[in-house]
Amino acid sequence: MEVYILNGMKRVVITGMGIYSCIGQSLDEVKRSLMSGRCGIGIDPAREAIGFRSYLTGILPEPNLTPLLDRRKRISMSQEAGYAYMATVEALDNAHIDNDFLASHDVGILYGNDSSAQAVMEGVDLIREKKNTTLVGSGSVFQSMNSTVTMNLSVIFKLKGINITIAGACASGSHAIGMGFLMIQSGLQDCIICGGAQEVNPFSVSSFDGLNAFSMRNDAPSESSRPFDADRDGLVPSGGAASLILESYESAVRRGAPILAEVKSYGFSSNGEHISVPNVDGPKRSIQMAIRNSGLSIEQIQYVNAHATSTPIGDYNEAKAIAEVFGSHKPYVGSTKSMTGHEMWMAGASEVVYSVLMMQNSFIAPTINFKTPDEASAQLNISGKYVDYSFDTLLSNSFGFGGTNSTLIINKI
Amino acid sequence: MIDGVLIEKINTILAEEFEVDASIIKPEAPLMETLDLDSLDLVDMVVLIEHNFGFTVKAKDFVGIKSFEDFYQFINSRINGA
Repeated sequence: MEVYILNGMKRVVITGMGIYSCIGQSLDEVKRSLMSGRCGIGIDPAREAIGFRSYLTGILPEPNLTPLLDRRKRISMSQEAGYAYMATVEALDNAHIDNDFLASHDVGILYGNDSSAQAVMEGVDLIREKKNTTLVGSGSVFQSMNSTVTMNLSVIFKLKGINITIAGACASGSHAIGMGFLMIQSGLQDCIICGGAQEVNPFSVSSFDGLNAFSMRNDAPSESSRPFDADRDGLVPSGGAASLILESYESAVRRGAPILAEVKSYGFSSNGEHISVPNVDGPKRSIQMAIRNSGLSIEQIQYVNAHATSTPIGDYNEAKAIAEVFGSHKPYVGSTKSMTGHEMWMAGASEVVYSVLMMQNSFIAPTINFKTPDEASAQLNISGKYVDYSFDTLLSNSFGFGGTNSTLIINKI
Repeated sequence: MIDGVLIEKINTILAEEFEVDASIIKPEAPLMETLDLDSLDLVDMVVLIEHNFGFTVKAKDFVGIKSFEDFYQFINSRINGA
């Protein structure tokens, strides 16, 4: 068998994907939503009662885990761990990975997650009410820790490889894929479940609402998330989970797995400035690092899935960063957050899933609500409509609080 | 003598919480093995008792309880202050 090695490093491919989001709970459903520009945003009445400014959120059903997992496993799972379980089952299934494979290989898990607020709130409330720490039950601690997704899924799937949660704010999911890429590329692991999860409840985003970060278009949910549009007024919180099976090319070929795409490179940077206000330089350096490490030319990048969350300053600075990096080359630029809202810790992973679905099916999803460009977004090639477009190379940006930036480049193989 | 209604209530609660068929619960059957309990589950047993019977016990109170009959006696004694 031919062994593919780049500069002594292994090639890394995606052999499975799974998604549980507000625009669908399967790859097929999500693909149709992306094609039609369906928005998954709605109103959560509980937020009005709590005193939120914005009642907007991604709307998705809670998975029924009872027929799927026994009690011992379920009671340790946070909301986001449930979403991640559903996404991972789909990803393993379409990667053709079964229990026998998991039992006989050191498969790892690197998942992005940066809060488990609902579990913490409920646990603390109960302890305060009962004045007794035992009465919170045995599952609370495993739901409350930031590593809730990786600790639960590693037990459920009996994983034997790397087992760590990546917390990198709104770039967590992207960094998880990046870290998985590096571990497989270097030969430390052959196969890793990578992804990102985000809880969907008022507790997780309450102080975010207090920072005036959210859109106030409570009367028009489907028009509220409008990345790059001149009339954007803030992001819309959302969530769910996305899983990707990253694998060395040799491993994928050896077991005859479907190869959906190749992860070409990972770029990253830190802004080193303000805790919440993004800049241009940090994202630009992340994008440039990813392109440099990919061995590709700027002209080979055909689609950029932007971080663009629909905040005034964030989108403006990212548009400037993209325009400065790409110059006269104008790849399609889009933000799927126009349909999903901002899936935060999950977004870096889910947006790779969305982008690979577009690449597999030869289309660019619409950046819905993009009607009027501002000075910066006018420099980019953004489509508010669905576009038939066959492409083989994409770049995905994810940025987060604290100035953490992550960029992934992925192509067809 | 333990009230049959109490035994029925305990069996129903245990079967529902620990997801077993109530028919496998027999007075002489071993509690831990029949319900497939580990040390974490004993914490949930404390929660279950507080929620359904209104009194708080400690996990160490379960020492010595081997069978369902022992468990019935334990609950009964706490309810009736015996």
